Amino acid sequence: MLNIKNLQVKLEEEDKQILKGVDLTVEAGKVHAIMGPNGSGKSTLSYVLSGRDGYEVTGGSATLDGEDLLEMEPEERAAAGLFLAFQYPVEIPGVGNMTFLRTALNSQRKARGEDEVSAAEFLKLVREKAKALKIDADMLKRPVNVGFSGGEKKRNEILQMAVLEPRMCILDETDSGLDVDAMKLVSDGVNALRDEGRAFLVITHYQRLLDHIQPDVVHIMAAGRIVKTGGPELALEVEKNGYADILAELA
Amino acid sequence: MAAPMRKDEARVAATEARLAALDLPKGGFTAHARANALARLREMGLPGRRDEYWKFTDPAVLNATEAAKAALFDPKESQLFGGVDCVKLVFVDGVFDAEVSDDPVLAGVEIARLAEAGASDIHWAQELYGALEAKGQSPVVRPFAALNTAAATDGVLIRATAQAAKPVHLVYRHESEASDAILHHCVKIEPGAELTLLETGPAAARFNKVMEVDVAAGGRFHHVRAQGRDHERRAITHIFARVAEEASFKSFTLTVNGQMTRNECVIEIAGDDAIAHVAGAALGDGSYGRFHHDDTIFVTHDAERCESRQVFKKVLKNGAVGVFQGKILVKPGAQKTDGYQISQSLLLDEDSQFLAKPELEIYADDVKCSHGSTTGAIDETALFYLRSRGVGKQDATALLVLSFLADAIAEIEDETLAAEIVERLEAWLQRRKK
Ligand SMILES: Nc1ncnc2c1ncn2[C@@H]1O[C@H](COP(=O)(O)OP(=O)(O)OP(=O)(O)O)[C@@H](O)[C@H]1O
Ligand SMILES: [Mg+2]
Repeated sequence: MLNIKNLQVKLEEEDKQILKGVDLTVEAGKVHAIMGPNGSGKSTLSYVLSGRDGYEVTGGSATLDGEDLLEMEPEERAAAGLFLAFQYPVEIPGVGNMTFLRTALNSQRKARGEDEVSAAEFLKLVREKAKALKIDADMLKRPVNVGFSGGEKKRNEILQMAVLEPRMCILDETDSGLDVDAMKLVSDGVNALRDEGRAFLVITHYQRLLDHIQPDVVHIMAAGRIVKTGGPELALEVEKNGYADILAELA
Repeated sequence: MAAPMRKDEARVAATEARLAALDLPKGGFTAHARANALARLREMGLPGRRDEYWKFTDPAVLNATEAAKAALFDPKESQLFGGVDCVKLVFVDGVFDAEVSDDPVLAGVEIARLAEAGASDIHWAQELYGALEAKGQSPVVRPFAALNTAAATDGVLIRATAQAAKPVHLVYRHESEASDAILHHCVKIEPGAELTLLETGPAAARFNKVMEVDVAAGGRFHHVRAQGRDHERRAITHIFARVAEEASFKSFTLTVNGQMTRNECVIEIAGDDAIAHVAGAALGDGSYGRFHHDDTIFVTHDAERCESRQVFKKVLKNGAVGVFQGKILVKPGAQKTDGYQISQSLLLDEDSQFLAKPELEIYADDVKCSHGSTTGAIDETALFYLRSRGVGKQDATALLVLSFLADAIAEIEDETLAAEIVERLEAWLQRRKK
């Protein structure tokens, strides 16, 4: 589904290379996890895939089902089925959560040539998904993420994912800031979406999330590259020994 | 009349030339007020670019003896507030059109035309016409308002003695390219009475309008206006309001397009426990020619425990210029005043400009007053967040623009009216999608 080949990225404003040749393939129906030290480029990879400004691709490619992601506008990538749950969800004062979500859903549907959902259908859909994530009506009425706690923001990201039903979901540290119960809610939300036609790329620092969302493949990213790939046991190794051994092995 | 106070020959010449080009109405109950206004105008003269109060806005197009043409613009949109049941009074290029207007009949409200009532010798408006304008000439002169009182050809006189069942709607149509209209309205809200006044439309190629509003004790006045979108029109408008004890005055203005608009609002809070809110949202796109929009506000607190709010937002693109001059003056003894002022601009590109002069002048010690002014661009992080969820760039921008304007729109009390205003804003933003 997602094919990344030798992806090289530098900052637009600075002469700083951040991704130095990332190779990664995520197949439909699979969950891949990426772990790696702070500053290794995990978020950068997620931003570049979703089309954020400020980065310059200096080499390599990234495709979603064969379509060149890097050529598309962010909204086109979303319509094509890519979704990023942000490490730091953005507050947008003055824009209601519901308005935002409905505009997003209908924009995507329109871009795909599908009918827009009616206000009533939409309300039903959101209520149902919100209930599962224990997001109350009051939160839905408030402006996007404004005044939400850290954990509420993360749950709101998963709500958006549940409503938009993307095919390729990237979760950037969705577990950080979640209490134990919320971690369970979020994981259940993700697991409910696991499907033959859908893939996940889960960026995390902790094994705990991977206890709930069991990955098929685990990658270690360091200094802008995927340096090691393995099964779920790789995450356990990181949990136990940190990155020192893995990095030493490579040196 | 007295000789001009300032020996500024160019100013005197410009003022006399402007007056010579006008056909000043005579006689009737306004005769005395008009003569006084003429004297005031001659004394102060028309403004010049070097006047402190006009340093951000060039009054040349307003001073010109003849109004330049303004092309007619037909966006083929339905009448704003068309769905609101109201008494509609239509002015075409500043001339009242009875044919297309509703009968001016509304329980608890007296409505008359200035041009007709003017002929009578006695009228309730005699005490009001020109009175608040004259008072509003200090501490800052407002020459175009004096010119208006002297030269207004028509207007409406509205007196509410009870709670009006529906709004009065002044519709200003612009049908002749070179029209130059001067209208003067007087509104009196008697104790405990309540009225909503709507104003919509581009009015004329050049429009000079004064509205004097006297809100008596416990009265409530709501005002929502939308200044039409003709690209080349120019306008200078003044609202002079006096708000008595426990009375409420609320005014909101939407301005879209227009080459040059200056809206002055002068409010005197004269009675204890009164409220005065004035708000505005302006959207300007310089790609159709010039866009210059100026809000000049002066709120005087002269009573205790009163609340005033000024909330002004401007969205500017393609070289549009926005100006805000706003003042809160708290007089000695106006204790427990709660004064608030915010002016903000959202610049959609680097060519546009916002000039602000917020002022506080306080002579009472137990007051709460705050003011703020900001200029900013669209929040790129928010824009990316919206786009990453599938919202197209222009729609995402429109959402952020509307959210920027939300505080100003929230000042419109009536939800139906607010919704119609939001609809127009959305349409304006949609038309600018690329
Ligand atoms: N816009 C930027 N300006 C300056 N430096 C940046 C920018 N974006 C990323 N970087 C740098 O690139 C490197 C990779 O950052 P990135 O956020 O991708 O790391 P990460 O792996 O997600 O880290 P963490 O685990 O702490 O979230 C860091 O050194 C970071 O400081
Ligand atoms: Mg990160």
